[in-house]
Amino acid sequence: MSVLEVRGLTIALPSASDRKEAVSKVSFSVERGEIVCLVGESGSGKSVIAQGIMGLLPHTLPITAGEVLLEGEDTARASAERQRALRAARMSMIFQEPMTALNPVMTCGEQIDEVLVEHTKLSAQERRAKILDIVREVRLPDPERMVASYPHQLSGGQRQRIVIAMALVLDPVLLIADEPTTALDVTTQAQILALIRDLQARHGTGVLFITHDFGVVAEIAHRVAVLRLGELVELGTRDEVLKRPRHDYTRMLIAAVPTLQPHGRTADATSPVVLETRNLDKTYLDRSWLAHRREVPAAKNVSISVRRGQTLGIVGESGSGKSTVARCIVRLIDPSAGEIRVHGEDIAALKQRSLRPFRRKVQIVFQDPYRSLNPRRKVGEAIIEGPLNHGVPRAQALERARRLMELVRMDAAALDRYPHQFSGGQRQRICIARALATEPELLIADEAVSALDVSVQAQVLALLEEIRTRLELAMLFITHDLRVAAQICDHIAVMSKGEVVEYGPAQEIFRAPKHEYTQALFSAAPGRGFVFGAA
Amino acid sequence: MDAPGLKQYEALSVESAAVRQQETAWQRLHRSWSIRLGGIVLAILVVVAFAAPWLGTVDPSLFDAGSRDLLPGKTGDITTLEGDTLQHKFIMGSDSFGRDIYSRVIYGTRVSLIVGILTALLALAFGIAFGLTAGYLRWLDGPLMRVMDGVMAIPAILIAIALVALWGASLSTVIVAIAVPEIPRVTRLVRSLVLTIREEPYVEAAIALGTPPLKIMLGHILPNTIAPLIVQGTFICANGILIEAILSFLGVGLPPDIPTWGNIMAEGRVQFIEFPHNVFFPGIFLAVTVLAVNILGDGLRDTLDPKMAKRV
Repeated sequence: MSVLEVRGLTIALPSASDRKEAVSKVSFSVERGEIVCLVGESGSGKSVIAQGIMGLLPHTLPITAGEVLLEGEDTARASAERQRALRAARMSMIFQEPMTALNPVMTCGEQIDEVLVEHTKLSAQERRAKILDIVREVRLPDPERMVASYPHQLSGGQRQRIVIAMALVLDPVLLIADEPTTALDVTTQAQILALIRDLQARHGTGVLFITHDFGVVAEIAHRVAVLRLGELVELGTRDEVLKRPRHDYTRMLIAAVPTLQPHGRTADATSPVVLETRNLDKTYLDRSWLAHRREVPAAKNVSISVRRGQTLGIVGESGSGKSTVARCIVRLIDPSAGEIRVHGEDIAALKQRSLRPFRRKVQIVFQDPYRSLNPRRKVGEAIIEGPLNHGVPRAQALERARRLMELVRMDAAALDRYPHQFSGGQRQRICIARALATEPELLIADEAVSALDVSVQAQVLALLEEIRTRLELAMLFITHDLRVAAQICDHIAVMSKGEVVEYGPAQEIFRAPKHEYTQALFSAAPGRGFVFGAA
Repeated sequence: MDAPGLKQYEALSVESAAVRQQETAWQRLHRSWSIRLGGIVLAILVVVAFAAPWLGTVDPSLFDAGSRDLLPGKTGDITTLEGDTLQHKFIMGSDSFGRDIYSRVIYGTRVSLIVGILTALLALAFGIAFGLTAGYLRWLDGPLMRVMDGVMAIPAILIAIALVALWGASLSTVIVAIAVPEIPRVTRLVRSLVLTIREEPYVEAAIALGTPPLKIMLGHILPNTIAPLIVQGTFICANGILIEAILSFLGVGLPPDIPTWGNIMAEGRVQFIEFPHNVFFPGIFLAVTVLAVNILGDGLRDTLDPKMAKRV
């Protein structure tokens, strides 16, 4: 018997939504000891399916048809009490953000203990032994100390291990993992994926793994189910789906996954240097009353340069200082030391007023398209703000805005609308248009495609490439995603703990990374070495 | 980048399929029953306040020694300023001077609404100015907020009494006296909103576009604080109406010749056992008004405040 069998599951959406059903007639199964990946873009209904299985759906999303069989028992129609008994004991779930999945005022040990108290009749001693066992099993160092720690005292990876320990302590038959590694750095992600695979094989747990990342799918899946707008469009083994996709939508998604092979373009070494930083430092001072002054270096000794028409990628994990460098260059924050030269002119120490003419030349696009546009301003007003600031007459600025909308492949009618009417990808196009409106020479993209779905990401990347070539822009591309970096960068600077540890032409770095951190980063890239099927 | 290969599938992308049909704030406002209820009651009160002379009232200061302490519904004489005596039906009875309670309560609506609305506007105006300053000019933040903390440490009603005593009782001084203790609360709210909004990427984008600080404050930050401020404004309005009634009741508010609900209740207090209508009718109006404003405020918060909007 399958661990989980979902038959014709249909979940309705509230009447005012843009489609009728969150999930329509979805059927699949998870066998013992099997990892089934549920893949889809945002809004495809993958998390709703997980909630439906767990019996955690809000009352606004009722199950209208179909059944969810956990070892043959229909959980979707079970009483609330039975569902509660099944959760943790027979099926359990881990979430994307371990910090919010854990209670900040309880120690990790107490939280695991809570599960045991609720569902078992073990004595305090037996529970204690069991907790230490499971903490050891998720390979946390020093289990005694971990159990006594509060969530904020642990790193993101350690917290996710605690969540996994909590989920597996009662040895459930089904584990649902909802994007469990999305919030983690790539090296931590690799460790957590290995851990899940290992535990699952040892306990014979069936795993339903929800993700949007095809690299992760290639790494971990036995079988793959592809969802589009609530419908299951393709179901098959990993190699069938990833190498020989049958449905057009799957083909599109897979074609959009960037490869780890760098593009073969050679960079013109004689092109003029647009941006150069020399020994750029940013140190944060932790100045609190009475306490000792503490210096926190965010970026140390960063020397990079970008030439016209070329792209420099800054690659690193969270906290590596890559965004700090970008924000220093745009002068959103003031560098502590060093030079920032734009066309040879040092702007590192300029006062806000004398900075203004230079601001026109350097523009930035941020990660979160939903927060990058003022919700109370029409798109057109947002785009002409920059030109107006630099003395361009309104009529001319509007004309430029119309041309830019064409350039970013959007309808000029969008200028009269408010941002909330657009999707994430469209908003990011608008942000690009806004940045281009001042006719900059350097465009900084700070994780500009990281929040986008893979198909939209491919479109925006293609757009950025086109703009770079057509306008001969120098581009500084900040990303944590090596696949994206491989597609778009001519040179790459790898940052770790505020320092550039490796810097050189993209092709060389991808072919033969020299620094051990770079090597670790590359070997952690999910799906490395897996050849996806051609479109 | 496999751009040409991708093109043929572009139509399949989930994003291009998604059409955004979001309700506007206006539509959401219409759907909320608490906004409709609060709004309708308030609209009626505003009409009553404006139309007071045509609602069968007499001048609220008129009295007649022959019509003292009439019960509601009784008819009696009333002497006009010109000295003529008229027959008048005392719908809500009369007080111990022989004045018409109904006329006084209806005219009192004017005072209460004016006090409530002007107090809210005044407190919001100063709160926004101080809050924006504290939130955006960091060096002013400490001194300004400590002053606000100081003001908040004194009970609102005491400040109001002290200010009225200092300046003498009149409509404008009472409004200012009620608004002053509310200013720190608005300042705190605006400051905390500014501190969150100034970290938003769209503000950073504006800085990068070379927008001057003042334009960023007024064009980007201020418009995004409006929704929570409207909500706060309704609560200040309700509170202002109550405080005005309390001040008048205590005899430290508006002078007794101006009919306010608080004054009427204060004068009727002595005879409450025999003639409860003196306190009862203005009390009902006061309660209904404050309740309507609060219900409206709750509804506005549910629809305008994104953090509260999540509870469906």
